[in-house]
Amino acid sequence: MKSLHTYADMRAVYADTLIDLAGKDERILVLEADLMSASGTKGFKEKFPDRIINAGVAEANMVGVASGLSSQGFIPFANTFGCFATRRAYDQFFLSANYAKQNVKLIGTDPGVTAKFNGGTHMPFCDITLTRVIPGLTVIEPADTVSVHNLTKLAYEHQGCVYMRLHRKGAVNIYPEDQKFELGKGIVNREGTDVTIFATGMVMLPESLKAAELLEKEGISAAVVDLHTVKPLDGDLVLKYVKKTGAAVTCENGQVNGGLGGAVAEFLSENYPAPLKRVGVQDEFGEVGTQDYLQERYGLTADAVVKAVKEVLKMK
Amino acid sequence: MEKQDLEMLIEKAKEIRKLTIDEVGFLGVGHIGGAMSVVEILTVLYYKILQNIDPKDPKKEGRDKVVLSKGHAGPTLYAILADKGYFPKEWLHTLNKGGTMLPSHCDMNRTPGIDFTTGSLGQGASAAAGIALADKLKKHDAFTYLIIGDGESQEGQVWESAMFASHYKLGNLIAFNDYNKMQIDGTTYDVMGIDDVNTKWHGFGWHVQRVDGHNPAQLTEAVLRAKLVSERPSMIICDTIKAKGFSLAEGQVGSHSMPFTYEQAQEAIAALDKN
Repeated sequence: MKSLHTYADMRAVYADTLIDLAGKDERILVLEADLMSASGTKGFKEKFPDRIINAGVAEANMVGVASGLSSQGFIPFANTFGCFATRRAYDQFFLSANYAKQNVKLIGTDPGVTAKFNGGTHMPFCDITLTRVIPGLTVIEPADTVSVHNLTKLAYEHQGCVYMRLHRKGAVNIYPEDQKFELGKGIVNREGTDVTIFATGMVMLPESLKAAELLEKEGISAAVVDLHTVKPLDGDLVLKYVKKTGAAVTCENGQVNGGLGGAVAEFLSENYPAPLKRVGVQDEFGEVGTQDYLQERYGLTADAVVKAVKEVLKMK
Repeated sequence: MEKQDLEMLIEKAKEIRKLTIDEVGFLGVGHIGGAMSVVEILTVLYYKILQNIDPKDPKKEGRDKVVLSKGHAGPTLYAILADKGYFPKEWLHTLNKGGTMLPSHCDMNRTPGIDFTTGSLGQGASAAAGIALADKLKKHDAFTYLIIGDGESQEGQVWESAMFASHYKLGNLIAFNDYNKMQIDGTTYDVMGIDDVNTKWHGFGWHVQRVDGHNPAQLTEAVLRAKLVSERPSMIICDTIKAKGFSLAEGQVGSHSMPFTYEQAQEAIAALDKN
Protein backbone atom coordinates (compact mmCIF):
# COMPACT_ATOMS: atom_id res chain seq x y z
CA MET A 1 0.00 0.00 0.00
CA LYS A 2 1.07 3.56 -0.60
CA SER A 3 1.60 5.96 2.28
CA LEU A 4 -1.66 6.24 4.22
CA HIS A 5 -1.43 9.99 4.50
CA THR A 6 -1.49 10.37 0.72
CA TYR A 7 -5.00 8.96 0.24
CA ALA A 8 -7.77 11.33 -0.84
CA ASP A 9 -10.64 9.07 0.23
CA MET A 10 -11.15 6.84 3.24
CA ARG A 11 -12.84 4.17 1.10
CA ALA A 12 -9.69 3.83 -0.98
CA VAL A 13 -7.72 3.06 2.19
CA TYR A 14 -10.32 0.45 3.09
CA ALA A 15 -10.31 -1.12 -0.38
CA ASP A 16 -6.51 -1.20 -0.65
CA THR A 17 -6.28 -2.73 2.83
CA LEU A 18 -8.70 -5.45 1.77
CA ILE A 19 -6.71 -6.10 -1.41
CA ASP A 20 -3.57 -6.33 0.69
CA LEU A 21 -5.17 -8.78 3.15
CA ALA A 22 -6.90 -10.81 0.44
CA GLY A 23 -3.58 -11.33 -1.32
CA LYS A 24 -2.38 -13.14 1.79
CA ASP A 25 -5.56 -14.91 2.82
CA GLU A 26 -7.80 -16.70 0.34
CA ARG A 27 -10.66 -16.82 2.83
CA ILE A 28 -11.41 -13.12 2.39
CA LEU A 29 -14.41 -12.33 0.19
CA VAL A 30 -16.18 -9.04 -0.50
CA LEU A 31 -19.94 -8.74 -0.83
CA GLU A 32 -21.73 -5.77 -2.27
CA ALA A 33 -25.36 -4.78 -2.74
CA ASP A 34 -25.10 -2.73 -5.92
CA LEU A 35 -22.87 -0.16 -4.26
CA MET A 36 -19.49 -1.37 -5.43
CA SER A 37 -18.72 2.02 -6.94
CA ALA A 38 -19.73 3.74 -3.72
CA SER A 39 -17.76 1.38 -1.49
CA GLY A 40 -14.72 1.84 -3.71
CA THR A 41 -14.12 -1.88 -4.15
CA LYS A 42 -13.87 -1.90 -7.95
CA GLY A 43 -10.11 -2.27 -7.58
CA PHE A 44 -10.72 -5.41 -5.53
CA LYS A 45 -12.85 -6.74 -8.38
CA GLU A 46 -10.07 -6.14 -10.87
CA LYS A 47 -7.61 -7.96 -8.67
CA PHE A 48 -9.85 -10.78 -7.43
CA PRO A 49 -12.83 -11.04 -9.82
CA ASP A 50 -14.02 -14.33 -8.33
CA ARG A 51 -13.88 -13.12 -4.76
CA ILE A 52 -16.30 -10.22 -4.93
CA ILE A 53 -19.96 -11.09 -5.00
CA ASN A 54 -22.58 -8.56 -5.96
CA ALA A 55 -25.88 -9.50 -4.34
CA GLY A 56 -27.81 -6.76 -6.09
CA VAL A 57 -30.21 -4.49 -4.23
CA ALA A 58 -31.01 -7.11 -1.60
CA GLU A 59 -29.12 -6.36 1.60
CA ALA A 60 -30.92 -8.91 3.77
CA ASN A 61 -29.95 -11.68 1.39
CA MET A 62 -26.40 -10.33 1.14
CA VAL A 63 -25.91 -10.61 4.89
CA GLY A 64 -27.54 -14.06 4.90
CA VAL A 65 -25.29 -15.26 2.10
CA ALA A 66 -22.28 -13.81 3.93
CA SER A 67 -23.29 -15.84 6.98
CA GLY A 68 -23.53 -19.02 4.92
CA LEU A 69 -20.11 -18.34 3.38
CA SER A 70 -18.69 -17.74 6.84
CA SER A 71 -20.04 -21.07 8.06
CA GLN A 72 -17.80 -22.70 5.46
CA GLY A 73 -14.70 -20.88 6.62
CA PHE A 74 -14.73 -17.76 4.45
CA ILE A 75 -14.28 -14.27 5.93
CA PRO A 76 -16.84 -12.07 4.18
CA PHE A 77 -16.70 -8.28 4.24
CA ALA A 78 -20.21 -7.11 3.34
CA ASN A 79 -20.46 -3.45 2.35
CA THR A 80 -23.42 -1.15 1.95
CA PHE A 81 -24.69 2.19 3.22
CA GLY A 82 -24.92 2.13 7.02
CA CYS A 83 -28.68 2.66 6.94
CA PHE A 84 -29.22 -0.51 4.92
CA ALA A 85 -26.47 -2.49 6.64
CA THR A 86 -28.18 -2.10 9.99
CA ARG A 87 -31.84 -1.21 9.52
CA ARG A 88 -32.54 -3.26 6.40
CA ALA A 89 -30.51 -6.35 7.23
CA TYR A 90 -30.79 -6.18 11.00
CA ASP A 91 -32.44 -9.53 11.70
CA GLN A 92 -30.10 -11.28 9.27
CA PHE A 93 -27.05 -9.73 10.92
CA PHE A 94 -28.51 -10.39 14.36
CA LEU A 95 -29.43 -14.05 13.82
CA SER A 96 -27.69 -15.57 10.79
CA ALA A 97 -24.42 -13.78 11.53
CA ASN A 98 -24.21 -13.08 15.27
CA TYR A 99 -26.56 -15.54 16.98
CA ALA A 100 -25.16 -18.26 14.72
CA LYS A 101 -21.64 -17.20 15.85
CA GLN A 102 -20.33 -16.49 12.38
CA ASN A 103 -17.44 -14.32 11.26
CA VAL A 104 -19.11 -11.65 9.17
CA LYS A 105 -17.65 -8.17 8.84
CA LEU A 106 -20.44 -5.73 8.08
CA ILE A 107 -19.34 -2.32 6.84
CA GLY A 108 -21.81 0.54 6.98
CA THR A 109 -20.71 3.44 4.82
CA ASP A 110 -21.78 7.10 4.90
CA PRO A 111 -22.36 7.24 8.65
CA GLY A 112 -24.49 10.00 10.12
CA VAL A 113 -24.46 13.36 8.38
CA THR A 114 -21.92 12.21 5.79
CA ALA A 115 -24.90 10.73 3.91
CA LYS A 116 -25.62 14.44 3.17
CA PHE A 117 -27.33 14.69 -0.27
CA ASN A 118 -28.94 11.26 0.10
CA GLY A 119 -30.90 12.79 2.95
CA GLY A 120 -33.04 11.49 5.78
CA THR A 121 -33.89 8.11 4.26
CA HIS A 122 -30.21 7.26 3.91
CA MET A 123 -28.87 8.85 7.09
CA PRO A 124 -27.67 6.28 9.61
CA PHE A 125 -28.04 7.96 12.98
CA CYS A 126 -28.88 4.81 14.92
CA ASP A 127 -26.57 2.19 13.40
CA ILE A 128 -24.32 2.20 16.47
CA THR A 129 -27.36 2.08 18.73
CA LEU A 130 -28.76 -0.91 16.86
CA THR A 131 -25.53 -2.85 16.63
CA ARG A 132 -24.38 -2.11 20.17
CA VAL A 133 -27.16 -4.27 21.60
CA ILE A 134 -26.13 -7.36 19.66
CA PRO A 135 -24.41 -9.61 22.21
CA GLY A 136 -20.70 -10.06 21.69
CA LEU A 137 -20.50 -7.88 18.58
CA THR A 138 -17.52 -5.57 18.07
CA VAL A 139 -18.56 -2.08 16.91
CA ILE A 140 -15.90 0.24 15.55
CA GLU A 141 -15.60 3.62 13.89
CA PRO A 142 -12.30 4.78 12.45
CA ALA A 143 -11.50 8.50 12.52
CA ASP A 144 -8.73 8.84 9.95
CA THR A 145 -6.79 7.07 7.22
CA VAL A 146 -4.45 5.30 9.62
CA SER A 147 -7.40 4.11 11.73
CA VAL A 148 -9.27 2.81 8.68
CA HIS A 149 -6.27 0.76 7.66
CA ASN A 150 -5.56 -0.58 11.14
CA LEU A 151 -9.15 -1.21 12.20
CA THR A 152 -9.90 -3.03 8.94
CA LYS A 153 -6.92 -5.27 9.62
CA LEU A 154 -8.02 -5.81 13.21
CA ALA A 155 -11.57 -6.58 12.09
CA TYR A 156 -10.13 -9.25 9.80
CA GLU A 157 -7.97 -10.73 12.56
CA HIS A 158 -10.83 -10.76 15.06
CA GLN A 159 -12.69 -14.09 15.17
CA GLY A 160 -16.33 -13.03 15.27
CA CYS A 161 -18.65 -10.48 13.73
CA VAL A 162 -17.72 -6.82 13.46
CA TYR A 163 -19.73 -3.75 12.48
CA MET A 164 -17.56 -0.95 11.15
CA ARG A 165 -18.73 2.52 10.21
CA LEU A 166 -16.80 3.75 7.19
CA HIS A 167 -16.57 7.24 5.79
CA ARG A 168 -16.36 6.97 2.03
CA LYS A 169 -15.27 10.31 0.74
CA GLY A 170 -12.56 12.67 1.81
CA ALA A 171 -9.71 11.85 4.14
CA VAL A 172 -8.50 13.03 7.51
CA ASN A 173 -5.02 12.42 8.89
CA ILE A 174 -4.72 12.45 12.64
CA TYR A 175 -2.39 9.60 13.55
CA PRO A 176 1.20 8.93 12.54
CA GLU A 177 1.41 6.03 10.11
CA ASP A 178 2.99 3.79 12.74
CA GLN A 179 0.27 4.39 15.37
CA LYS A 180 -0.63 1.16 17.16
CA PHE A 181 -4.30 0.15 17.43
CA GLU A 182 -6.00 -2.47 19.52
CA LEU A 183 -9.70 -3.40 19.44
CA GLY A 184 -11.38 -2.26 22.64
CA LYS A 185 -8.57 0.12 23.56
CA GLY A 186 -9.10 3.85 23.15
CA ILE A 187 -6.33 6.26 22.22
CA VAL A 188 -5.54 9.42 24.15
CA ASN A 189 -5.18 12.16 21.57
CA ARG A 190 -4.60 14.97 23.96
CA GLU A 191 -3.99 15.22 27.66
CA GLY A 192 -6.10 17.51 29.84
CA THR A 193 -7.13 18.05 33.44
CA ASP A 194 -10.55 19.76 33.58
CA VAL A 195 -12.72 17.54 31.39
CA THR A 196 -12.41 14.55 29.06
CA ILE A 197 -13.95 14.58 25.60
CA PHE A 198 -14.62 11.03 24.40
CA ALA A 199 -15.10 11.07 20.65
CA THR A 200 -15.51 8.61 17.83
CA GLY A 201 -15.29 8.88 14.06
CA MET A 202 -14.02 11.10 11.31
CA VAL A 203 -16.51 13.91 11.95
CA MET A 204 -16.40 14.26 15.71
CA LEU A 205 -12.81 13.38 16.61
CA PRO A 206 -11.47 16.32 14.54
CA GLU A 207 -14.21 18.61 15.91
CA SER A 208 -13.32 17.53 19.43
CA LEU A 209 -9.65 18.28 18.87
CA LYS A 210 -10.60 21.70 17.49
CA ALA A 211 -12.81 22.27 20.54
CA ALA A 212 -9.95 21.37 22.88
CA GLU A 213 -7.80 24.05 21.22
CA LEU A 214 -10.57 26.65 21.54
CA LEU A 215 -11.05 25.70 25.19
CA GLU A 216 -7.34 25.94 25.87
CA LYS A 217 -7.48 29.59 24.76
CA GLU A 218 -10.10 30.11 27.45
CA GLY A 219 -7.97 28.40 30.06
CA ILE A 220 -9.90 25.11 30.07
CA SER A 221 -7.79 21.99 29.81
CA ALA A 222 -9.63 19.24 27.92
CA ALA A 223 -8.34 15.74 27.34
CA VAL A 224 -9.47 14.13 24.08
CA VAL A 225 -9.82 10.36 23.83
CA ASP A 226 -10.62 8.47 20.62
CA LEU A 227 -12.99 5.62 21.45
CA HIS A 228 -12.76 4.00 18.02
CA THR A 229 -14.18 0.84 19.53
CA VAL A 230 -17.61 1.71 20.84
CA LYS A 231 -18.15 -1.90 21.83
CA PRO A 232 -16.55 -3.36 23.83
CA LEU A 233 -16.14 -0.01 25.54
CA ASP A 234 -12.70 0.70 26.99
CA GLY A 235 -14.04 1.04 30.53
CA ASP A 236 -10.58 1.19 32.07
CA LEU A 237 -9.62 4.21 30.02
CA VAL A 238 -12.98 5.94 30.53
CA LEU A 239 -12.68 5.43 34.26
CA LYS A 240 -9.06 6.58 34.39
CA TYR A 241 -9.79 9.84 32.55
CA VAL A 242 -13.07 10.65 34.27
CA LYS A 243 -11.42 10.09 37.63
CA LYS A 244 -8.57 12.33 36.51
CA THR A 245 -10.69 15.15 35.03
CA GLY A 246 -13.97 14.79 36.94
CA ALA A 247 -16.29 15.37 33.96
CA ALA A 248 -16.99 13.90 30.55
CA VAL A 249 -18.42 14.92 27.19
CA THR A 250 -19.12 12.33 24.50
CA CYS A 251 -19.11 13.27 20.81
CA GLU A 252 -20.50 11.24 17.95
CA ASN A 253 -21.96 11.60 14.49
CA GLY A 254 -25.22 9.87 15.32
CA GLN A 255 -27.86 9.30 17.98
CA VAL A 256 -26.58 9.78 21.51
CA ASN A 257 -29.33 7.44 22.73
CA GLY A 258 -27.71 4.05 22.75
CA GLY A 259 -24.69 5.33 20.86
CA LEU A 260 -21.29 6.21 22.28
CA GLY A 261 -23.08 8.66 24.58
CA GLY A 262 -25.36 5.90 25.78
CA ALA A 263 -22.46 3.51 26.28
CA VAL A 264 -20.44 5.99 28.35
CA ALA A 265 -23.52 7.07 30.34
CA GLU A 266 -24.35 3.46 31.19
CA PHE A 267 -20.79 2.75 32.19
CA LEU A 268 -20.32 5.85 34.32
CA SER A 269 -23.66 5.60 36.10
CA GLU A 270 -22.81 2.09 37.24
CA ASN A 271 -19.14 2.58 37.96
CA TYR A 272 -18.32 6.20 38.68
CA PRO A 273 -21.22 8.65 38.50
CA ALA A 274 -19.83 11.91 37.14
CA PRO A 275 -21.06 14.99 35.27
CA LEU A 276 -21.68 14.04 31.63
CA LYS A 277 -22.92 15.80 28.50
CA ARG A 278 -23.49 14.08 25.21
CA VAL A 279 -22.90 15.80 21.87
CA GLY A 280 -24.65 14.10 18.96
CA VAL A 281 -28.06 13.73 17.39
CA GLN A 282 -30.79 14.18 19.99
CA ASP A 283 -33.65 11.83 19.05
CA GLU A 284 -34.14 13.17 15.53
CA PHE A 285 -34.33 11.84 11.98
CA GLY A 286 -31.83 12.87 9.35
CA GLU A 287 -32.45 15.34 6.56
CA VAL A 288 -30.82 16.52 3.38
CA GLY A 289 -28.13 19.17 3.06
CA THR A 290 -24.42 19.81 2.79
CA GLN A 291 -22.29 18.29 5.50
CA ASP A 292 -21.55 21.75 6.91
CA TYR A 293 -25.24 22.55 7.07
CA LEU A 294 -26.04 19.22 8.72
CA GLN A 295 -23.25 19.50 11.27
CA GLU A 296 -24.65 22.89 12.29
CA ARG A 297 -28.22 21.60 12.16
CA TYR A 298 -27.55 18.68 14.51
CA GLY A 299 -24.92 20.37 16.67
CA LEU A 300 -21.96 18.32 15.51
CA THR A 301 -19.39 21.12 15.59
CA ALA A 302 -16.43 22.22 17.67
CA ASP A 303 -18.58 25.08 18.99
CA ALA A 304 -21.21 22.62 20.16
CA VAL A 305 -18.51 20.63 21.94
CA VAL A 306 -17.19 23.80 23.60
CA LYS A 307 -20.70 24.66 24.77
CA ALA A 308 -21.21 21.15 26.16
CA VAL A 309 -17.88 21.31 27.99
CA LYS A 310 -18.83 24.61 29.62
CA GLU A 311 -22.17 23.16 30.70
CA VAL A 312 -20.60 20.03 32.14
CA LEU A 313 -18.04 22.04 34.05
CA LYS A 314 -20.87 23.85 35.82
CA MET A 315 -22.15 20.45 36.99
CA LYS A 316 -18.86 19.53 38.66
CA MET B 1 -36.01 -47.35 -7.25
CA GLU B 2 -35.28 -50.84 -5.89
CA LYS B 3 -38.21 -52.29 -3.96
CA GLN B 4 -35.94 -53.04 -1.03
CA ASP B 5 -34.75 -49.42 -0.89
CA LEU B 6 -38.27 -48.11 -1.05
CA GLU B 7 -39.42 -50.41 1.74
CA MET B 8 -36.48 -49.34 3.86
CA LEU B 9 -37.33 -45.65 3.35
CA ILE B 10 -41.03 -46.19 4.09
CA GLU B 11 -40.13 -48.09 7.25
CA LYS B 12 -37.54 -45.48 8.24
CA ALA B 13 -40.02 -42.64 7.72
CA LYS B 14 -42.45 -44.41 10.02
CA GLU B 15 -39.76 -44.88 12.64
CA ILE B 16 -38.76 -41.19 12.43
CA ARG B 17 -42.38 -40.13 12.65
CA LYS B 18 -42.78 -42.22 15.82
CA LEU B 19 -39.57 -40.92 17.36
CA THR B 20 -40.61 -37.34 16.63
CA ILE B 21 -44.10 -37.76 18.09
CA ASP B 22 -42.56 -39.31 21.19
CA GLU B 23 -40.00 -36.48 21.43
CA VAL B 24 -42.56 -33.68 21.16
CA GLY B 25 -45.13 -35.58 23.23
CA PHE B 26 -42.66 -35.98 26.06
CA LEU B 27 -42.41 -32.19 26.20
CA GLY B 28 -46.16 -31.85 25.75
CA VAL B 29 -46.27 -29.13 23.10
CA GLY B 30 -44.65 -28.39 19.79
CA HIS B 31 -44.74 -27.74 16.07
CA ILE B 32 -46.00 -31.18 15.26
CA GLY B 33 -47.79 -30.24 12.01
CA GLY B 34 -44.76 -29.13 10.05
CA ALA B 35 -42.58 -31.70 11.78
CA MET B 36 -44.77 -34.48 10.37
CA SER B 37 -45.18 -33.08 6.86
CA VAL B 38 -41.41 -32.91 6.36
CA VAL B 39 -40.64 -36.47 7.54
CA GLU B 40 -40.25 -38.13 4.14
CA ILE B 41 -38.21 -35.24 2.71
CA LEU B 42 -35.66 -35.47 5.53
CA THR B 43 -35.74 -39.27 5.60
CA VAL B 44 -34.93 -39.53 1.90
CA LEU B 45 -32.10 -37.04 2.33
CA TYR B 46 -30.45 -38.68 5.32
CA TYR B 47 -30.99 -42.34 4.43
CA LYS B 48 -30.59 -42.21 0.66
CA ILE B 49 -29.15 -39.01 -0.75
CA LEU B 50 -26.55 -37.27 1.41
CA GLN B 51 -22.93 -37.98 0.50
CA ASN B 52 -19.82 -37.78 2.58
CA ILE B 53 -21.52 -37.21 5.91
CA ASP B 54 -20.16 -38.73 9.09
CA PRO B 55 -21.98 -38.64 12.46
CA LYS B 56 -18.60 -38.86 14.18
CA ASP B 57 -17.30 -35.87 12.21
CA PRO B 58 -20.35 -33.61 11.76
CA LYS B 59 -18.33 -30.76 10.22
CA LYS B 60 -16.45 -32.92 7.75
CA GLU B 61 -15.05 -30.82 4.91
CA GLY B 62 -16.70 -31.43 1.57
CA ARG B 63 -19.85 -33.04 2.99
CA ASP B 64 -23.33 -32.46 1.66
CA LYS B 65 -25.17 -29.94 3.82
CA VAL B 66 -28.78 -29.54 4.92
CA VAL B 67 -30.37 -26.23 5.90
CA LEU B 68 -33.77 -26.71 7.49
CA SER B 69 -34.93 -23.15 7.00
CA LYS B 70 -38.33 -23.99 8.47
CA GLY B 71 -36.38 -24.35 11.69
CA HIS B 72 -39.46 -25.14 13.75
CA ALA B 73 -39.39 -28.64 12.25
CA GLY B 74 -36.12 -29.19 14.12
CA PRO B 75 -37.58 -32.04 16.22
CA THR B 76 -37.87 -34.24 13.10
CA LEU B 77 -34.28 -33.54 12.17
CA TYR B 78 -33.19 -34.28 15.75
CA ALA B 79 -34.92 -37.66 15.59
CA ILE B 80 -32.99 -38.45 12.41
CA LEU B 81 -29.66 -37.17 13.73
CA ALA B 82 -30.12 -39.22 16.91
CA ASP B 83 -31.00 -42.28 14.85
CA LYS B 84 -27.89 -41.73 12.70
CA GLY B 85 -25.72 -41.53 15.82
CA TYR B 86 -24.83 -37.82 15.88
CA PHE B 87 -25.86 -37.83 19.55
CA PRO B 88 -27.59 -40.23 21.96
CA LYS B 89 -31.30 -40.86 21.49
CA GLU B 90 -31.84 -39.98 25.15
CA TRP B 91 -31.32 -36.36 24.17
CA LEU B 92 -34.68 -36.39 22.40
CA HIS B 93 -36.47 -36.19 25.74
CA THR B 94 -34.59 -32.98 26.55
CA LEU B 95 -36.29 -31.04 23.72
CA ASN B 96 -36.79 -27.41 24.79
CA LYS B 97 -35.81 -28.10 28.39
CA GLY B 98 -33.56 -25.43 29.95
CA GLY B 99 -29.95 -26.03 28.91
CA THR B 100 -30.89 -28.56 26.22
CA MET B 101 -28.82 -29.25 23.13
CA LEU B 102 -32.08 -29.57 21.19
CA PRO B 103 -33.87 -26.22 21.05
CA SER B 104 -37.22 -25.77 19.30
CA HIS B 105 -35.49 -24.22 16.29
CA CYS B 106 -32.26 -25.52 14.75
CA ASP B 107 -29.02 -24.25 16.28
CA MET B 108 -25.70 -25.18 14.68
CA ASN B 109 -23.82 -24.24 17.84
CA ARG B 110 -25.79 -26.57 20.07
CA THR B 111 -26.72 -29.63 18.09
CA PRO B 112 -24.14 -31.85 16.36
CA GLY B 113 -25.11 -32.32 12.73
CA ILE B 114 -27.05 -29.09 12.28
CA ASP B 115 -25.43 -27.26 9.40
CA PHE B 116 -26.99 -23.85 9.95
CA THR B 117 -28.95 -21.99 12.61
CA THR B 118 -32.52 -21.21 11.53
CA GLY B 119 -35.75 -20.00 13.02
CA SER B 120 -36.49 -16.57 11.60
CA LEU B 121 -38.18 -17.66 8.40
CA GLY B 122 -36.45 -16.95 5.11
CA GLN B 123 -32.99 -16.67 6.60
CA GLY B 124 -32.00 -20.27 5.95
CA ALA B 125 -32.59 -19.72 2.25
CA SER B 126 -29.86 -17.07 2.03
CA ALA B 127 -27.52 -19.05 4.26
CA ALA B 128 -27.99 -22.12 2.07
CA ALA B 129 -27.17 -20.05 -1.01
CA GLY B 130 -24.01 -18.86 0.76
CA ILE B 131 -23.06 -22.42 1.67
CA ALA B 132 -23.62 -23.63 -1.90
CA LEU B 133 -21.57 -20.71 -3.21
CA ALA B 134 -18.81 -21.57 -0.73
CA ASP B 135 -18.64 -25.13 -2.09
CA LYS B 136 -18.53 -23.77 -5.61
CA LEU B 137 -15.66 -21.42 -4.72
CA LYS B 138 -13.81 -24.28 -3.03
CA LYS B 139 -14.54 -26.51 -6.04
CA HIS B 140 -16.13 -29.07 -3.74
CA ASP B 141 -18.35 -31.61 -5.40
CA ALA B 142 -20.99 -31.24 -2.67
CA PHE B 143 -24.67 -30.37 -2.62
CA THR B 144 -26.60 -28.14 -0.26
CA TYR B 145 -30.19 -29.14 0.45
CA LEU B 146 -32.57 -26.43 1.61
CA ILE B 147 -36.02 -27.06 3.06
CA ILE B 148 -38.46 -24.20 3.25
CA GLY B 149 -42.07 -24.14 4.32
CA ASP B 150 -44.95 -22.91 2.22
CA GLY B 151 -45.86 -20.18 4.70
CA GLU B 152 -42.18 -19.33 4.79
CA SER B 153 -42.29 -18.55 1.07
CA GLN B 154 -44.25 -15.44 1.99
CA GLU B 155 -41.00 -13.97 3.30
CA GLY B 156 -39.37 -11.57 0.83
CA GLN B 157 -35.93 -12.89 1.70
CA VAL B 158 -36.83 -16.25 0.12
CA TRP B 159 -37.22 -14.51 -3.22
CA GLU B 160 -34.10 -12.40 -2.81
CA SER B 161 -32.16 -15.61 -2.27
CA ALA B 162 -33.99 -17.32 -5.14
CA MET B 163 -32.83 -14.57 -7.49
CA PHE B 164 -29.30 -14.79 -6.10
CA ALA B 165 -29.01 -18.58 -6.42
CA SER B 166 -30.22 -18.45 -9.97
CA HIS B 167 -27.94 -15.54 -10.91
CA TYR B 168 -24.91 -17.34 -9.53
CA LYS B 169 -25.95 -20.60 -11.26
CA LEU B 170 -25.91 -22.57 -8.02
CA GLY B 171 -26.62 -25.99 -9.53
CA ASN B 172 -25.37 -27.49 -6.28
CA LEU B 173 -28.35 -26.05 -4.40
CA ILE B 174 -31.45 -28.23 -4.24
CA ALA B 175 -34.46 -26.93 -2.35
CA PHE B 176 -37.69 -28.50 -1.15
CA ASN B 177 -40.88 -26.62 -0.48
CA ASP B 178 -42.88 -28.50 2.15
CA TYR B 179 -46.20 -27.52 0.61
CA ASN B 180 -48.72 -28.64 3.21
CA LYS B 181 -50.90 -25.63 2.38
CA MET B 182 -51.40 -24.61 5.98
CA GLN B 183 -49.86 -22.02 8.25
CA ILE B 184 -50.56 -20.69 11.73
CA ASP B 185 -53.61 -18.58 10.96
CA GLY B 186 -55.24 -20.83 8.39
CA THR B 187 -54.64 -22.27 4.96
CA THR B 188 -52.13 -20.58 2.68
CA TYR B 189 -55.05 -19.84 0.38
CA ASP B 190 -56.81 -17.88 3.11
CA VAL B 191 -53.82 -16.21 4.77
CA MET B 192 -51.60 -15.28 1.82
CA GLY B 193 -51.80 -17.17 -1.44
CA ILE B 194 -48.50 -18.46 -2.79
CA ASP B 195 -49.88 -20.06 -5.93
CA ASP B 196 -48.91 -20.63 -8.66
CA VAL B 197 -45.86 -21.80 -6.78
CA ASN B 198 -44.35 -23.75 -9.68
CA THR B 199 -44.54 -20.74 -11.96
CA LYS B 200 -43.02 -18.47 -9.34
CA TRP B 201 -39.90 -20.59 -8.93
CA HIS B 202 -39.68 -21.19 -12.65
CA GLY B 203 -39.85 -17.44 -13.16
CA PHE B 204 -36.91 -16.99 -10.81
CA GLY B 205 -34.85 -19.25 -13.05
CA TRP B 206 -34.98 -22.45 -11.04
CA HIS B 207 -35.41 -25.98 -12.30
CA VAL B 208 -38.78 -26.98 -10.86
CA GLN B 209 -40.30 -30.38 -10.13
CA ARG B 210 -43.43 -31.28 -8.23
CA VAL B 211 -43.85 -34.50 -6.31
CA ASP B 212 -45.89 -36.21 -3.64
CA GLY B 213 -43.85 -35.21 -0.61
CA HIS B 214 -44.80 -38.36 1.25
CA ASN B 215 -43.63 -40.67 -1.51
CA PRO B 216 -39.97 -41.61 -0.99
CA ALA B 217 -39.62 -42.99 -4.51
CA GLN B 218 -40.83 -39.77 -6.11
CA LEU B 219 -38.68 -37.69 -3.78
CA THR B 220 -35.56 -39.74 -4.49
CA GLU B 221 -36.06 -39.66 -8.24
CA ALA B 222 -36.64 -35.91 -8.15
CA VAL B 223 -33.41 -35.32 -6.23
CA LEU B 224 -31.43 -37.52 -8.59
CA ARG B 225 -32.83 -35.55 -11.54
CA ALA B 226 -32.08 -32.26 -9.78
CA LYS B 227 -28.47 -33.30 -9.24
CA LEU B 228 -28.05 -33.54 -13.01
CA VAL B 229 -29.06 -29.88 -13.48
CA SER B 230 -25.71 -28.16 -13.29
CA GLU B 231 -26.33 -24.51 -14.14
CA ARG B 232 -29.50 -23.83 -12.21
CA PRO B 233 -30.65 -24.35 -8.63
CA SER B 234 -33.48 -26.83 -8.24
CA MET B 235 -36.78 -26.56 -6.43
CA ILE B 236 -38.75 -29.67 -5.62
CA ILE B 237 -42.25 -28.67 -4.60
CA CYS B 238 -43.57 -31.34 -2.30
CA ASP B 239 -47.30 -31.72 -1.89
CA THR B 240 -47.62 -32.74 1.72
CA ILE B 241 -50.22 -33.01 4.44
CA LYS B 242 -49.84 -31.03 7.64
CA ALA B 243 -49.37 -33.35 10.64
CA LYS B 244 -49.24 -36.33 8.26
CA GLY B 245 -49.48 -39.57 10.22
CA PHE B 246 -50.28 -37.89 13.53
CA SER B 247 -53.74 -39.28 14.16
CA LEU B 248 -54.71 -36.57 16.61
CA ALA B 249 -54.48 -33.72 14.13
CA GLU B 250 -53.62 -34.90 10.61
CA GLY B 251 -54.67 -32.31 8.05
CA GLN B 252 -55.72 -29.79 10.65
CA VAL B 253 -54.67 -26.15 10.66
CA GLY B 254 -54.37 -26.10 14.45
CA SER B 255 -51.52 -28.61 14.32
CA HIS B 256 -48.91 -25.96 13.53
CA SER B 257 -48.05 -25.81 17.20
CA MET B 258 -50.26 -27.67 19.63
CA PRO B 259 -50.22 -29.23 23.06
CA PHE B 260 -50.72 -32.96 23.50
CA THR B 261 -50.02 -35.34 26.33
CA TYR B 262 -47.46 -38.11 26.35
CA GLU B 263 -50.35 -40.58 26.51
CA GLN B 264 -51.85 -39.06 23.37
CA ALA B 265 -48.43 -39.32 21.74
CA GLN B 266 -48.30 -43.02 22.56
CA GLU B 267 -51.79 -43.50 21.12
CA ALA B 268 -50.70 -41.76 17.92
CA ILE B 269 -47.62 -43.98 17.77
CA ALA B 270 -49.77 -47.08 18.29
CA ALA B 271 -52.08 -45.91 15.52
CA LEU B 272 -49.09 -45.64 13.18
CA ASP B 273 -48.09 -49.18 14.05
CA LYS B 274 -51.52 -50.45 13.05
CA ASN B 275 -51.12 -49.02 9.55
